[in-house]
Amino acid sequence: MEKIVLPDIENFHQIDVYLSNDGYKSVKKAFGQTTDEIIDQVKKSGLRGRGGAAFSAGLKWSFMPKTTDKPKYLCVNGDESEPGSFKDREIFEHNPHQLIEGTLITCYAIGAKVAYIYIRGEYHKWIKLMQKAIDAAYEKGYVGEKMKETFGTDFYCDIYIHKGAGAYICGEESALMNSLEGQRGYPRIKPPFPAHNGLWGNPTTINNVETIANVPKIIEKGWQWFAAIGEPKHPGTLLFGVSGHVNKPGIYELPSGTLLTDIIYKYAGGIPGDKKILCVIPGGSSMPPLRGDQLEGVKMDAESLKEAGSAIGTGGIMVMDEDTDLVKVLARITKFYHHESCGLCTPCREGTGWMEKVINRILNGEGSTNDLDLLISIANNIEGNTICALGEAAAWPVRYMIARFRDYFEERVNKKITIPVKNKVHSMRHTAFPLPDITK
Amino acid sequence: MNFKFTEENLNRIQKEINKYPVKKPAVMAALYVGQEQNGYISDEVIKEVAGLLEMTLEEVLGVVTFYTMYHQKQMGKYHIQVCTNVSCMLRGGYEIWDQVKNKLGINNLEVSEDHNFSLEEVECMGSCGTAPMIAVNEDYYENLNKEKVEEILESLSKTN
Ligand SMILES: Cc1cc2nc3c(=O)[nH]c(=O)nc-3n(C[C@H](O)[C@H](O)[C@H](O)COP(=O)(O)O)c2cc1C
Ligand code: SF4
Ligand code: FES
Repeated sequence: MEKIVLPDIENFHQIDVYLSNDGYKSVKKAFGQTTDEIIDQVKKSGLRGRGGAAFSAGLKWSFMPKTTDKPKYLCVNGDESEPGSFKDREIFEHNPHQLIEGTLITCYAIGAKVAYIYIRGEYHKWIKLMQKAIDAAYEKGYVGEKMKETFGTDFYCDIYIHKGAGAYICGEESALMNSLEGQRGYPRIKPPFPAHNGLWGNPTTINNVETIANVPKIIEKGWQWFAAIGEPKHPGTLLFGVSGHVNKPGIYELPSGTLLTDIIYKYAGGIPGDKKILCVIPGGSSMPPLRGDQLEGVKMDAESLKEAGSAIGTGGIMVMDEDTDLVKVLARITKFYHHESCGLCTPCREGTGWMEKVINRILNGEGSTNDLDLLISIANNIEGNTICALGEAAAWPVRYMIARFRDYFEERVNKKITIPVKNKVHSMRHTAFPLPDITK
Repeated sequence: MNFKFTEENLNRIQKEINKYPVKKPAVMAALYVGQEQNGYISDEVIKEVAGLLEMTLEEVLGVVTFYTMYHQKQMGKYHIQVCTNVSCMLRGGYEIWDQVKNKLGINNLEVSEDHNFSLEEVECMGSCGTAPMIAVNEDYYENLNKEKVEEILESLSKTN
């Protein structure tokens, strides 16, 4: 199988090697076409976002206003902070020029003169590698004003890296823009959408690093070629990051629709000690977990996973063997979302804290059956009631983990239903005003 | 203590400012540079950054407190960050956390008495495929086990 984003070519990160493999030819080809033609091809190719929501890239680009005096921007999202995701760093390290070339083509298509690549602050090493590649591309005249000479066009654009400073929420596109503007990384209420009101109030497109890195090959080989790879509704290859209890964790670039079990057993080498799988989270820690007995026949693409009761997310596959303590796993996941909640909306800010507290109670052996229902109730009250999707990201693992492993969690809690009433006023109210007996 | 950016650092910040149509977005980089130069983000660093980028003190402080990589107190010469998120946890992240904690005798966000080490439990660092991991200042150490962690800590203690 041919790889699109991470080809097995030695030193591909070096500009000379990239150039000798037809590098920066796609952008030249793109400049020979109208922007509408480019957007149309990307739309028809079926390329969908690799950052989590799997939204059509071409369609997103087409939302950018055509007639406007305002400057337009592209943000390439390399915040990569979803637990279980570690794919974009491979692109920074091994194929930075294809990302640059994709950025140039996208900028041309949407009419942006400036692109910012937002990279999480902890990625010091990869920021340096990416900057080195950008510098090399500037020097050779593939980025910046020199592009006019190199390609003989009027169009040129600049690419800058914006370094984050540690905050998962800045991967959310509107938080990313606020962070880039030099503010606290709070998400924005939508609408207005970024295509009309983004960076500094200007039209902005935000795409994931992997999404953009696919673009040059679509232009080079045609949308038909891309659309024929993998699952028709979510075509192309995906970078699957396998972590946890497997023999060979790592990134595997495979056609969409590859069987989850094949990825785990054939590519990632199976489970150490040939243990059974208890649970798999297929798309990064926010996605609904699947039970070991739910994996048979599950294909890894957005539509198939939806049918299987989960979501593709970032393609980060976290595998847990039969000896894993799922209560501990859920407690750790909940701690993460509590820590990363930006605090803007009450259900998320408070709910994530409550969930952490309740799940820790269970972990300490002090939980009761109604704690399980309480957790589900809190999760349900977060979902859909928040400004950004971190609310869902926090709610899904809790709700689906407990629903799908109900027996497992029941084993870990006190069967006796107790309602701990620590609030004195609240408990007194019950004695002072007994509830009417509705059983009569 | 008064704080002034060095000439070199001012140039670095100017390069950041040049990336944007306005000055404010350079605040993140400026704070990081300030932290590098000063060791941590003091009120004076905040004042200097605010003056440089024409921001209010509150705006700058707001940024400082939002992100985990800014520290408002002096951290150790070696800031040890241990990831305990799920993928690392499944491969021994918490064992390493306990090991480092015991070895250094400090807790989360504490600094050792000799100021050589500080410790932080961090969220997923994007090394899940090479878990478990720790980071020392800006460098990642991956595919770890207890022996390797011991070695890293020993060699850091020696280079002091
Ligand atoms: C809490 C949260 C965190 C996110 N983190 C990232 C991230 O690190 N990288 C990313 O590309 N998208 C992330 N997203 C998704 C972005 O909001 C956005 O949908 C995406 O960057 C769009 O690019 P795409 O269409 O190419 O996938 C996150 C979303 C949420 C709600
Ligand atoms: S859902 Fe959570 S993270 Fe998102 S805006 Fe609301 S409080 Fe912030
Ligand atoms: S969970 Fe530790 S690096 Fe991702």
